[in-house]
Amino acid sequence: MGDYLATYYNAEKLEKAWTVIRTQFLHETGVTLYITLVSTLFAILIGLPLGVILVTGDSKGIRPLPKPLMAFLNGLINLLRSAPFIILIVVLMPVTRAIVGKAVGNAAVIVPLIIAAFPFVARLVEGSLREVNPNIIEMSLSMGASAWETVIHVMLPESVPSLITSFTTAITTILGYTAMSGAVGGGGLGNLAITQGQQRYNQAVLLAALIVLVILVQILQSVGTRLARKCDRRLKEK
Amino acid sequence: MIELRNLSKSFTTADGPVDALKHVSLTINDGDIYGIIGMSGAGKSTLVRCINMLERPTEGSVIWDETDLGSLGKKEIQQVRHQITMIFQSFNLLMQRTCLENIMLPLKLIHMPRAEARKKATELLETVGLPDKANSYPAQLSGGQQQRIAIARALATNPKVLLCDEATSALDPKTTHSILDLIREINRTMGITVIVITHQMSVVQEICNRVAILENGTVVEEGDVSQIFSNPKARATKALVFPDVAEGMDTYTQANQQTIRLVFQGAEATAKPLITSMAIDCKIAANILSATTRTLNGKIYGNMLLSIPGGPDELATAVKYLSKAESVTVQVDVQYTRDAEEAGVNG
Repeated sequence: MGDYLATYYNAEKLEKAWTVIRTQFLHETGVTLYITLVSTLFAILIGLPLGVILVTGDSKGIRPLPKPLMAFLNGLINLLRSAPFIILIVVLMPVTRAIVGKAVGNAAVIVPLIIAAFPFVARLVEGSLREVNPNIIEMSLSMGASAWETVIHVMLPESVPSLITSFTTAITTILGYTAMSGAVGGGGLGNLAITQGQQRYNQAVLLAALIVLVILVQILQSVGTRLARKCDRRLKEK
Repeated sequence: MIELRNLSKSFTTADGPVDALKHVSLTINDGDIYGIIGMSGAGKSTLVRCINMLERPTEGSVIWDETDLGSLGKKEIQQVRHQITMIFQSFNLLMQRTCLENIMLPLKLIHMPRAEARKKATELLETVGLPDKANSYPAQLSGGQQQRIAIARALATNPKVLLCDEATSALDPKTTHSILDLIREINRTMGITVIVITHQMSVVQEICNRVAILENGTVVEEGDVSQIFSNPKARATKALVFPDVAEGMDTYTQANQQTIRLVFQGAEATAKPLITSMAIDCKIAANILSATTRTLNGKIYGNMLLSIPGGPDELATAVKYLSKAESVTVQVDVQYTRDAEEAGVNG
């Protein structure tokens, strides 16, 4: 134990770590948040409608779609969700290059992140929408609403608290994924921890990056939970 | 007028096909409060969902004001559903929306301008007696209040028909009473035809003018409520009208016992001590096995199960004597009828 501390936490290492923290942490935290937020936004833009389709297009849904189409969508989602993210980054390099013009850098990380995250978001949305009371959906149809109107006026508004919880789960998961951005030359705290900490044998940098990431997750999670609870009119007392 | 012609509906389940409705034919006139009563599993909910095509009938048709609803396309059915609205056992309010927004939902669907919809919804809150609940959320309301909001919502598009699917089954007796009063009021003042699905005879008794009794997907009896109450014919109807039958009390009568059921209609029927005078005039000492009374549209109905001692001659004498009394209906040998019906089913 003493050896471990002497090797990794001696004065020289700590001073170097402090320099890294002072000069780079703020910027890299910003990069992490930027990558996370942009990826989450796009993942929701794709995942939300897809999740709606998974529920309404089901054979027992309010607007059943052809079985082969549903099988294709489910298959695609399962396929993307089963590929490890680090593999996905590499495999998707040509796609990334086609979309953002290059396959390295922060923008290049966002593309595979979105592609990894939207199927996850779609499944979360699917779960949230399936929780909507089927009696309420029947009510909507009984008053002459179309499937589309039922989604817009009934299913989505009724599942807002649950959707916020789902999106909170998504954003924290995506934040975790950003750690692998270094693989394609992207930045962020995760990359910093690996290049400045792990690869230069400076445990203090690793530890500091970890602490910041933990704090970020805690903040995002508690904001999400609080928002979901605040939105939920079922719990509100007089 | 709503006409159900030879309506059948079957579902395919894991255990094979199930016939929820079998050749149901009914006519519901404008202005009726029409009761459809049956035990759970009788097919009531399926029947009411066939009327607004939430369930497409497998066979037969639903004719509303000369339109065959089964022949309409999706868009046209959506238009019809603004005219035939529905309330439910579980109220089915949007829990994340205020009461006012809930009532405005159907108005949104007919693209009424928001200000106008808000005005209309506010008026409806007044109609159902909850003007101060506009900005409350359903979770803050009692069950009875939630059903009132649901009724206001169902009235928003000025419907011609209101379908009530076990609308009072989740409410306590006092609240049930007030909701039924409201429904009757709506029927009277707005001229809306009401179809009431229920398993509670008391609901039919309180507001319906006509009733159909549904058992295993078939209508076993249909007619004016007063007529059904004074002279129920089908076994299922008797079980609903006569509490002792429902409790299986008639099965406790001995095998060779002769029984007569009497139904007294109105106070005039009780003016004479009928059972006592029969004992004096015919020397038949009837044994009263059970007796109940109920009120229907302000009229009292009494029902009595008598055991007649002796043989067939005494029974015939008793029936003849009792039948002469005014406003009294006589039915012979409930026990016998029941056995015969069961034998019929088995055979």
